[in-house]
Amino acid sequence: MALNKEQIARRIAQELRDGYYVNLGIGIPTLVANYIPEGINVVLQSENGLLGMGPFPYEGEEDPDLINAGKQTITTVPGSAFFDSAMSFGMIRAGKVDLTVLGAMEVADNGDIANWKIPGKMVKGMGGAMDLVAAARNIIVAMQHTNPKGESKLLPACTLPLTGIRCVKKIVSDLGVFDITEEGFRCIEHAPGVTIEEIRAKTAGRLVIADDVREMAFA
Amino acid sequence: MSINKVVRDADEAIRDIESGATLMLGGFGLCGIPENCIAAIVRKGIGNLTCISNNAGVDDFGIGLLLQQKQVKKMISSYVGENAEFERQLLSGELEVELVPQGTLATRCMAAGYGMPAVYLLAGVGTEVAEGKETRVFNGREYLLEYAFEAGFSIVKAWKGDTQGNLIFRETARNFNPIMAMAGKVTIAEVEELVPAGTLDPGHIHTPGIYVHRIFQGAGYEKRIEQRTIRKR
Repeated sequence: MALNKEQIARRIAQELRDGYYVNLGIGIPTLVANYIPEGINVVLQSENGLLGMGPFPYEGEEDPDLINAGKQTITTVPGSAFFDSAMSFGMIRAGKVDLTVLGAMEVADNGDIANWKIPGKMVKGMGGAMDLVAAARNIIVAMQHTNPKGESKLLPACTLPLTGIRCVKKIVSDLGVFDITEEGFRCIEHAPGVTIEEIRAKTAGRLVIADDVREMAFA
Repeated sequence: MSINKVVRDADEAIRDIESGATLMLGGFGLCGIPENCIAAIVRKGIGNLTCISNNAGVDDFGIGLLLQQKQVKKMISSYVGENAEFERQLLSGELEVELVPQGTLATRCMAAGYGMPAVYLLAGVGTEVAEGKETRVFNGREYLLEYAFEAGFSIVKAWKGDTQGNLIFRETARNFNPIMAMAGKVTIAEVEELVPAGTLDPGHIHTPGIYVHRIFQGAGYEKRIEQRTIRKR
């Protein structure tokens, strides 16, 4: 069985390390905050100007001055800090943010990513994605392995306008976990019940299967 | 002291903004936007504006109101989703749009405020954002030369301000406001609470008054929430 969105988020949460500063993008990446493992303390950065993002507020406690980069009402955790947009991207650019998790429309087997524009159809803008992928030291992409038509989104080369080049380090899709390597996508884990044959069939880019590939485990 | 920055209201603050002007407008989404000044610009009916702002509001609030009235010639933004009228004008070619990575947008404002003509930035290397831009390699990595923005007017929203033009922002409503306040030739600040000079703690000022030319206490803030998300008790 392919993973649902929550399971993708749970698997990505296993990549978090104690003390990390983490930027979570909109969509599945946001869900990662719900699965931070016991004993791991991370500080969530929201690029509109907050370190120390907390959960959604209780009803009646929403504050229009306190939102995340997805414009959702949020809260702060003890020890949080506010800052302006230039400083926010300054800390991103200077490599202070340890991990960035974001979604993608396409990823190429060299680590290129496309996630901001479909020419003629959808132009929402890149927001902070181009800045994040250009600068972050570690980038994990959360995505569906195929599009609604069943076509692979893990490609030999992106067909959509790029967000960044050779920057993605790891993909967690609904089918498995893939490191980006010199040889292309390196499958290190498959989702429970998903076969290597299915992964091969649904991966258009170069794919190698790790010798010690294993079934994904959820704690 | 003879400095008089206090104006009566938004209409007086924007009195000399003419059609064709380039404006910087603070805010992120609908958070921390200069509601009073946007309403005054709609009332004044000027057009052909170039707006530098991270977002373009929603259909019926924020900069979306200026788009509805077709007052905007060009938007310079990083993210314009959540606005159907914007997308329509963009795809039909009625509206000129320059999409800029958010950090680049912020840093081009910052550069203007710090008196720097241009900066080298990584964002967008290898993408269509890089097309036509000068590049330079530092430590083996290619960077894009990005120019400071030039804007006739910066229009920002702060939480508190004093009669000297000193500003304090609240929570994430800070966002682009302080850096845009530094960047415009004329900076207009609308604040929720205007207090006499000497009332605010000088150590808590985010934007020193030297950057602010006009200030007024806004009225009737709606502070609309774009995505109301809550959790169960």
